[in-house]
Amino acid sequence: MTAAELRSEHLLPPVWKPSQEVGWWAMVLVCASEAALFAYFIAAYFYLGVSNLSWPPAGFELPKLEKPLIMTALLISSSIVLVVAEKLREHGRRAAYRLLTGATVLLGAGFLTFQTLEYREKLRTMSPMSNAYASTFYTITGFHGAHVAFGLLLLLYTLLRDSLGRIEPERPIVIKVSSLYWHFVDVVWLVILTSLYLSPRF
Amino acid sequence: MGLVSEYVDTASTATTERLTRLWPPPRSILSWLSTVDHKTLGKRYITTAFVFFALGGIEAAIIRAQLARPDARLLTPEAYNQLFTMHGVTMMFLFVQPVLSGFSFYLTPLMIGARELAFPRLNSFSYFVFLLAGIFIYTSFLLGAAPNAGWFNYTPLSGPLYNSGPNIDFYGLGLLFLGISTTVGAINSIVTIAKLRAPGMSIDRMPLFLWSSLTMSVSVVFAMPALSAALIFLELERHWHFVFFDPQFGGNAMLWQHLFWVFGHPWVYIVFLPATGMLAMVFPTFSRRPMVGHTFVALSTVTTGLVGFGVWVHHMFATGLPQLSMTFFGAASITVSIPSAVQIFAWLATMYYGRVVYTTSMLFAIAFIVQFVIGGISGVMTAAVPFDWQVTDTYFVVAHIHYVLAGGTLFGVLAGIYYWYPKMYGRMLDERLGKLSFALLFIGFNLAFFPMHVSGMLGMTRRVYTYASSPGLDTANLLSTIGAYVFAVGFVVTLWNVIQSRVAGHIAGPNPWGAGTLEWLAESPPEDYNFAQMPIVSARDPLWTNGVTPGPAFDEARLTPRTSALDAELQRPIELPHENYWAVATSVTLLVTFSALLIRSYWLFGIALATTLFGAARWMWPLQSKVAETEV
Repeated sequence: MTAAELRSEHLLPPVWKPSQEVGWWAMVLVCASEAALFAYFIAAYFYLGVSNLSWPPAGFELPKLEKPLIMTALLISSSIVLVVAEKLREHGRRAAYRLLTGATVLLGAGFLTFQTLEYREKLRTMSPMSNAYASTFYTITGFHGAHVAFGLLLLLYTLLRDSLGRIEPERPIVIKVSSLYWHFVDVVWLVILTSLYLSPRF
Repeated sequence: MGLVSEYVDTASTATTERLTRLWPPPRSILSWLSTVDHKTLGKRYITTAFVFFALGGIEAAIIRAQLARPDARLLTPEAYNQLFTMHGVTMMFLFVQPVLSGFSFYLTPLMIGARELAFPRLNSFSYFVFLLAGIFIYTSFLLGAAPNAGWFNYTPLSGPLYNSGPNIDFYGLGLLFLGISTTVGAINSIVTIAKLRAPGMSIDRMPLFLWSSLTMSVSVVFAMPALSAALIFLELERHWHFVFFDPQFGGNAMLWQHLFWVFGHPWVYIVFLPATGMLAMVFPTFSRRPMVGHTFVALSTVTTGLVGFGVWVHHMFATGLPQLSMTFFGAASITVSIPSAVQIFAWLATMYYGRVVYTTSMLFAIAFIVQFVIGGISGVMTAAVPFDWQVTDTYFVVAHIHYVLAGGTLFGVLAGIYYWYPKMYGRMLDERLGKLSFALLFIGFNLAFFPMHVSGMLGMTRRVYTYASSPGLDTANLLSTIGAYVFAVGFVVTLWNVIQSRVAGHIAGPNPWGAGTLEWLAESPPEDYNFAQMPIVSARDPLWTNGVTPGPAFDEARLTPRTSALDAELQRPIELPHENYWAVATSVTLLVTFSALLIRSYWLFGIALATTLFGAARWMWPLQSKVAETEV
């Protein structure tokens, strides 16, 4: 095979697959490692749970559900909006893409706002230093909040690059990678919702 | 051996000239900071790890001086605590894993016929984070406040109540910082091995060293977060009085042990498997035949890595866990001997069916088998719960871990040094000095560590700064100390060999050992672009089977081919970055971030973190040229 043959055959495949890109692989592995971190956090939460007589311990109320459910709705819709945004960009509708990615960022910021409100209310009755339950609760949700914040920065970074025309036209890997991270953070939230907010009610 | 490859490099002068322009030699001293070359960084990883090894070795030498005779007063108990802790932390985190990573970063692109790792700037970043994390941890000595609760740092001893100084914060923050380097390095390895293999190098044709470094890297991705979780908990407890380990407020001290060993046992295989991978390269070459049971060795490597995640409780048999759990974990631990035995028998069979050449490298490899079998058997012994109760926290366990990690991994690394040095520096190491060094190391090692089985059985506990005189202990300890110094002399001989062979060694040529894998196709030392024409592979051990032909040069830019993960079908070439300062800058701001946490200056922490994020964003910013091109 000569170089020219190899090029004509392979260089421009008919459909660009992000999963062939090294950047995509790296982000999958970053998510895997972060998923493991949250898995260990949640395992610690349950481990401490079974080594206590009751969990949450006596004197601590069950976490309220209103705000977390609103937060869940915000995150899930943000993921859906982001998927639509990407589709629109693939069809060349760059302005619509930017608008919807902006909407995703707003929904994510809404999540963080509600988390702040939840913390403000909770901190009045439950200090993170008071008990292992409170410590694990704030650590897990706090780390997740930090991941949401980082995801938002990543999306803003993507938007900035798109507006300045700094995205490879044929292979917009940065868009795929940042939305992959965003969906991952979304899924982690569902696991946290189930473990920290719902499971104590069963 | 007659199996000379018929490979002929057909690259034109124009091609090599273009490639040389694309990979220019270092321009100034600043290139030291900005280089992204996997060979430079790989060698630097190995050298830096050996500097830490020397520090850890000096700590060991002081410990052995203290223990040479009973009731010695050379060290105070506190100094002793700091020294044995730093010895463990240094060897486990700053030497053995980085040195193996260094080999992996150096060798992987050459073995798979690529020009670089998948993320060259990330490689530079992970090197500098490793270096700075090591310096961060060692700064504690200057304050007289080195970590002092053992390398596994159990709570509550390491908690705020019993350890109020900064000692443990150096450990906790230092290892969190270092963990970033380890994790991104592992991700870099995985993606490289998966995506940058030469066209035709399907996974069944992949050298065994890559199987072991792939297994190690996957284990790092999933095990490292367990340590990070434990360290985050510990630092939150120490800094802000969060509760995780204090039972008075609903915590549980055992949480640390579980998290630590969920990380720690995979870690033991992480620092062991790549050495077996090196041996799987050394044995075939010096037995003059392909590896026996290649597929089984690959599978058993992966199996060992997987089983490594299911045996952590065997470090905790003496903590009063339920009987059922101990039985399960005891059985799981004994299971590990099966894949390990597959590897050992495959090496032995390779030697048996081959014609063995006793080079220094091969001697280290053979000694590895002997010592690893001893360490493996003492491991199976301690997997039996009642036996473990007798010897836990004694020198028997110290003997076991050193037989596996020093007698095993370290001898594997030495075999690797004697094997790949000619590739790295273009000159042969001196075989006479090598064999002298081997003899000293082999005798010294066994003299130092075999008596520890005895002192352990006699009840000598580890981590106690001295012992009362008794007939068995006195002799065993004196022998251990003498052995340790003989061992050290053995190292000095190899060090001298490595230094003097840089100028005095015989010129090696591309393939001095007549080996079969792709790294021996490149020049010794390789050109900066590794290969002028990208090899296309059609068989295992391609240089022995004429399984490699010269492919396209890809000399339009800094390119390396990207292929599919399983079958290695060519997809397209990817563009590699040029040298870059953002990676090193980001590692420095990360150092500031962690130092700010150490001195509890949270405004500095915020600024440094923001700067780090900015640096990373700047680093990822694409070049206009790259954006403008729709095709390369």
